[in-house]
Amino acid sequence: MPTMDPNRKKSKPVDLVDSVDSRVELTESTRSCPFPDEVLERVLSLIDSHKDRSSVSLVCKDWYNAERWSRRHVFIGNCYSVSPEIVAARFPRIRSVTLKGKPRFSDFNLVPEDWGADVHPWLSVFSSAYPFLEELRLKRMAVSDESLEFLATSFHGFKALSLLSCDGFSTDGLKAIASHCKNLTELDIQENGIDDLGGHWLSCFPESQTSLEVLNFASLNSEVSFDALEKLVSRCKSLRVLKLNRNISLDQLQKLLLHCPQLMELGTGTFMQELISGPVTEFKNMFSNCRKLVTVSGLWDATPLYLPVIYPVCASLTFLNLSYATLQSSELANLLFHCRSLRRLWLLDTVGDKGLEAVGSCCPLLEELRVFPADPFDQEIFLGVTESGFVSVSRGCPKLRHVLYFCRQMTNAAVATIARNCPDFTHFRLCIMNPGQPDYLTKEPMDEAFGAIVKTCTKLQRLAVSGLLTDRTFEYIGQHAKNMETLSVAFAGNSDLGMECVLKGCPKLRKLEIRDCPFGNAALLSGLTKYESMRSLWMSACNVTMNACRMLAKEKPRLNVEVMRDEEGSDDSQAHKVYVYRSVAGPRRDAPPFVLTL
Amino acid sequence: MNTNLTERNYLGLSDCSSVDSSNVPCISEVNKNSLNLKATELRLGLPGSQSPERDPESSLTSSEKLDEKPLFPLLPSVDGICSSSPKTVVSGHKRIFTDVMDSCSEVKGLSEGNWLFSGSGSESDPSKSVTQGKFSSNSNVNGMVSLGDQPAKGTTTNLNKVISSNSPAAKAQVVGWPPVRSFRKNILATSSKNHDEVDGKPCSGALFVKVSMDGAPYLRKVDLRGYSTYQQLSSALEKMFTCFTIGQCGSQGGPGRENLSESKLRDLLHGSGYVLTYEDKDGDWMLVGDVPWDMFIGSCKRLKIMKGSDAIGLAPRATEKSKN
Repeated sequence: MPTMDPNRKKSKPVDLVDSVDSRVELTESTRSCPFPDEVLERVLSLIDSHKDRSSVSLVCKDWYNAERWSRRHVFIGNCYSVSPEIVAARFPRIRSVTLKGKPRFSDFNLVPEDWGADVHPWLSVFSSAYPFLEELRLKRMAVSDESLEFLATSFHGFKALSLLSCDGFSTDGLKAIASHCKNLTELDIQENGIDDLGGHWLSCFPESQTSLEVLNFASLNSEVSFDALEKLVSRCKSLRVLKLNRNISLDQLQKLLLHCPQLMELGTGTFMQELISGPVTEFKNMFSNCRKLVTVSGLWDATPLYLPVIYPVCASLTFLNLSYATLQSSELANLLFHCRSLRRLWLLDTVGDKGLEAVGSCCPLLEELRVFPADPFDQEIFLGVTESGFVSVSRGCPKLRHVLYFCRQMTNAAVATIARNCPDFTHFRLCIMNPGQPDYLTKEPMDEAFGAIVKTCTKLQRLAVSGLLTDRTFEYIGQHAKNMETLSVAFAGNSDLGMECVLKGCPKLRKLEIRDCPFGNAALLSGLTKYESMRSLWMSACNVTMNACRMLAKEKPRLNVEVMRDEEGSDDSQAHKVYVYRSVAGPRRDAPPFVLTL
Repeated sequence: MNTNLTERNYLGLSDCSSVDSSNVPCISEVNKNSLNLKATELRLGLPGSQSPERDPESSLTSSEKLDEKPLFPLLPSVDGICSSSPKTVVSGHKRIFTDVMDSCSEVKGLSEGNWLFSGSGSESDPSKSVTQGKFSSNSNVNGMVSLGDQPAKGTTTNLNKVISSNSPAAKAQVVGWPPVRSFRKNILATSSKNHDEVDGKPCSGALFVKVSMDGAPYLRKVDLRGYSTYQQLSSALEKMFTCFTIGQCGSQGGPGRENLSESKLRDLLHGSGYVLTYEDKDGDWMLVGDVPWDMFIGSCKRLKIMKGSDAIGLAPRATEKSKN
């Protein structure tokens, strides 16, 4: 598709704002298109990719119109970049919405409560504009029980709800969804700040509910009625994703699995039994009928005694999420021996370097690895994994593309080796947990490590850096990371030069999040012309002043420049938390008192 | 591979720029000729020196300490609070590796990537509190506390911006770092908790408890479910902590190793060795070994390897208690 916008992104869904913005540049065209509108719309309705759709919309006015009438799904990466009214006006026939709210650092408590990103205004507009709305996927939005009730009662054909990292609601809201959404196919509740008042919500699914395909309540703590769950599972014949919470016991799981042999993704409950009377043999065949299983997660409390129960399905697994199972290295090795088809693997660092050696030897097809710290906030050191484990994986898994690795020590040499072994990295996030920690062998900064990554891994889209880093790291990034879209920086850099290098050198940069770095006003202002092509910039605990922020706001009226005040209100000339994002909706109207829009 | 000792800066002091520790994972490779902790295990109250009183110690802990039971000041406190007892004070505080390393410079090659620091290192007097001597020069850094001084306070504040995750007081922790969502916070804690709650019956899940040792700058965690006898546990702990104890003797590495063990054993017999203690469900510190294994793992919350001289008076009759 020809496109007029040179900043077209390649891989992620294109922000709505991008094409809304470019709309103003279209010129009137006479009808040169030979197809009637209906035909054009029909053709365009087959296009799913957001990027392609945005390109389509820029071709000419006819295509713009055809595209907007045929679009069924809209992705809004920043809920404040556009208003629900604008969306509704442009796209009249939406059935599915994905909406993301707070800045990512809110996951780590850097954004105060009541910051915003309330979904309700969106729901209000949608209830009249899109009465046939079927799907809503929210990430980092503020959602209340009232909103969930409103959702459940306003949209009669509503099918799929996914809530990730949202907050503000309780299980009462889930009751409303379960009770009223007659055609519900998906209820996916993940990692939210939810007020768990009990498991009664699950019992609210009526007997007539038979359409569920996805049910994920793994992150809820309360016990649900097993009887209700079992009945629900047996009557939902299309159920393909079932993720249970920890309260579901092994024998309960066994009963459930009898009802859903068609399951493709399973999150188990607790993976051990209290009474050890002839345990394992009972469960030996638990998985023998699950021939379609490709993903397994949960596995809380799994021990060598019970893990072998899943061995029969391991050969066909492509995603194994062990990030809740405190496995040791030998347990993992024994398990992975059976899992030769794994593409994605999530682990806890309790497996140690030895466990990672097993990963390298058993999983040659591995594309994604995430190693989480079992004890991230514990003040005493529990060693976890080191550079050597990462190197072992890189040797055995050359197809690695996506890595998230938490460790307490690293060396430049190791990362250089890893980059050579795995040149196809697209997502590389290395978190050396001690802020500002150098190469533990040479005592040098970790500049060369990330230099090696950006030089070797040309497809890199997402990067998170850590350790002791000088401006050199950012020079490397600016010089080499030409496909990088997201960069996360903490406790790094020496001067404004660092941030300037990145802003000048990375053409595809969309999201930049920085905390606790010595970047100041010059750095902030060096991106003046850049920020409108980005989704957002976050800077906290840096050296930016209010005046610089005001200047930015003044120069760039299409950016929202927001400053969050610290509670102590210590130094009013310093801008402690700055959030800059492009928007066609103008300044927020719902900003709380501590958010100042300049 | 580092052949020389490298400093490890546990408190994230970037100016010290010393980070070490490939060492830790190699502990398990330590030669079996290491100190046999078992010999100390069943030692009951030792004659002589004072035992730390629990209460005074708890009052000593920093108000910033959150959930650590302050019975023994093994945990460093951010503002360098010391205990009142000269014997016990320092054992509580993490020491800067620099000093430790200095004293250990003879101890190279003990094993690959060994933890090569000692309690007293060059201190020849084993009866002194382990780290006491090290504190004579307080110029560097947090966690170094000399008796009665509180030097750490000053140095700590310099580093407020980059507070390491190594300081024990959770409040000193950097907000939002490491970048892990809060639901992942306590996976280890919740797994062991979960089992403790199951009617007191032993469960077959993992049961991680922290193991600390007087004078060691950091802790380990062990899964008690991985052992079925005291013997196994103590062998495992020996392996983990051996470097400390060998260092204790102001040792030389290499060929002298076996001699070390012997001399260490001799020291033990003379009451200056280590005992293994544990904190039970009621918060009392008991000597390990008095109760049946199953009962032990059902009530053990954490372990501590204490200097024998410090363990005087420690709940001497664990069996009586367990009968209650």
